[in-house]
Amino acid sequence: MSAIIEFKNVSKHFGPLKVLEEVDLDINRGEVVVLIGPSGSGKSTLLRCINGLEMITSGDLLVDGLSVKGGNKILREIRQEAGMVFQQFNLFPQMNALENVAFGQRHVRGMGRKAADISAQELLEKVGLGDKSRHYPHELSGGQQQRVAIARALAIKPKVMLFDEPTSALDPELKQEVLSVMRKLAEEQMTMVVVTHEMSFAKQVGTRLIFMEHGKIAVDANPADVIDNPPNDRMKDFLRHV
Amino acid sequence: MNIDWSIIINFLPQLFHGAKITLYITVTGLIGGITLGAVIGLMRAYGGYILNTLAFIYVEIIRGTPIVVQVMFLYFALPVLVDIRIDPMTTAILAIVINAGAYVAEIVRGAVLSISKGLTEAGRAIGLPRWKVVVYIVGPLAFRRLIPPLGNQCIVSLKDTSLFIVIGVGELTRTGQEIMAANFRAVEIWTAVAVFYLIMTGTLSLLLRIIEKRMRIL
Ligand SMILES: Nc1ncnc2c1ncn2[C@@H]1O[C@H](COP(=O)(O)OP(=O)(O)OP(=O)(O)O)[C@@H](O)[C@H]1O
Ligand SMILES: [Mg+2]
Repeated sequence: MSAIIEFKNVSKHFGPLKVLEEVDLDINRGEVVVLIGPSGSGKSTLLRCINGLEMITSGDLLVDGLSVKGGNKILREIRQEAGMVFQQFNLFPQMNALENVAFGQRHVRGMGRKAADISAQELLEKVGLGDKSRHYPHELSGGQQQRVAIARALAIKPKVMLFDEPTSALDPELKQEVLSVMRKLAEEQMTMVVVTHEMSFAKQVGTRLIFMEHGKIAVDANPADVIDNPPNDRMKDFLRHV
Repeated sequence: MNIDWSIIINFLPQLFHGAKITLYITVTGLIGGITLGAVIGLMRAYGGYILNTLAFIYVEIIRGTPIVVQVMFLYFALPVLVDIRIDPMTTAILAIVINAGAYVAEIVRGAVLSISKGLTEAGRAIGLPRWKVVVYIVGPLAFRRLIPPLGNQCIVSLKDTSLFIVIGVGELTRTGQEIMAANFRAVEIWTAVAVFYLIMTGTLSLLLRIIEKRMRIL
């Protein structure tokens, strides 16, 4: 199996604050990596370094062989390989669901309007929102908005999907509809890196669990092995509180 | 006290002429001012350290001095300093451009920065180049928030043209004063001048209301 994401001794500092410290990590195609860890441990930063929303301070990070340090053009290519879903959805409010999804295909992939609309409609159907394509974000529930956001990211045809706490802003009853879309993606062999507190998702869908602490990877193991049986006290403590 | 409103009719052509000049200065000045303000505002929002600082200095100088002083400077001090002599009309237009430009810059900057960082990131995360994020995502959203304060600035600039009386531009206020000097009909003339201004600013306000109603703030 070849790695699609390679962290090579990556550090990320914000001024004096060391948020990632010498991280080495290979993520293979088809893996579903679940990232957990206390607040401030660097989970979001690790994710955001992958698609260059944060610039790494040292080391190197390759996505499908492309280095995030390769300049703007390479970075835009990387972002087309790695779709991102945010905690706050961040749908474009002036566009309806269909336009949100079609936008990237038209302006990034250079697809014509008709083709983009057709494929956007298919993606909305895939996330269970085929009948909501003309709705604007403010007319949708949080769970529906997040599913549109997933469709928007998928529209770019990424090879990896990055999720930063995709269900944390949602009411419990709405979390499931988003998680089930993510489960479906995993079944289709999509490579995924997911920051989440949903331990049942980690156990059922995750192929790998990473526990972060102070900018370092403290535990990297099979979810089923470690969730009920944490290898260290801090992880045990953390799991007790989620 | 004898007030005779009918005398206004005799002066209507003059007043209309003055109003036309007022409108001309306002419209030309604002086209320039809004363009300049957009550039300076974007420099403030997106420029690096140098562009941002330059823009900041300009905005602070203009906002920190009265517009009358700016006009005086352009008309009387500039010729002494750099040997450029500009006629009153050009000075007036230039003054509106420079003055409105600074206020518009702050309006543009505020509107751009009010658009959440998350939306910019969402745009960048799908691989859009930065300029497309500005043009297609931040721009349209910021534009909606821009309209109310921008309309307000248009009204302020229109009223500001009255002080070009100090450099002898024949706009509406100056026209009123000239008529006054000839016949001393203060009540009638200044009432008429005020009504002319009210019609112009009122029309602007109305337009603004209509645009605001049609555009949802997102
Ligand atoms: N742009 C930034 N500038 C300065 N410091 C930052 C920035 N972004 C993150 N940090 C800091 O980096 C550290 C790690 O942040 P990060 O968001 O990666 O943590 P996290 O593990 O995702 O936490 P949470 O569970 O709260 O989301 C925090 O201390 C945070 O304050
Ligand atoms: Mg986070």
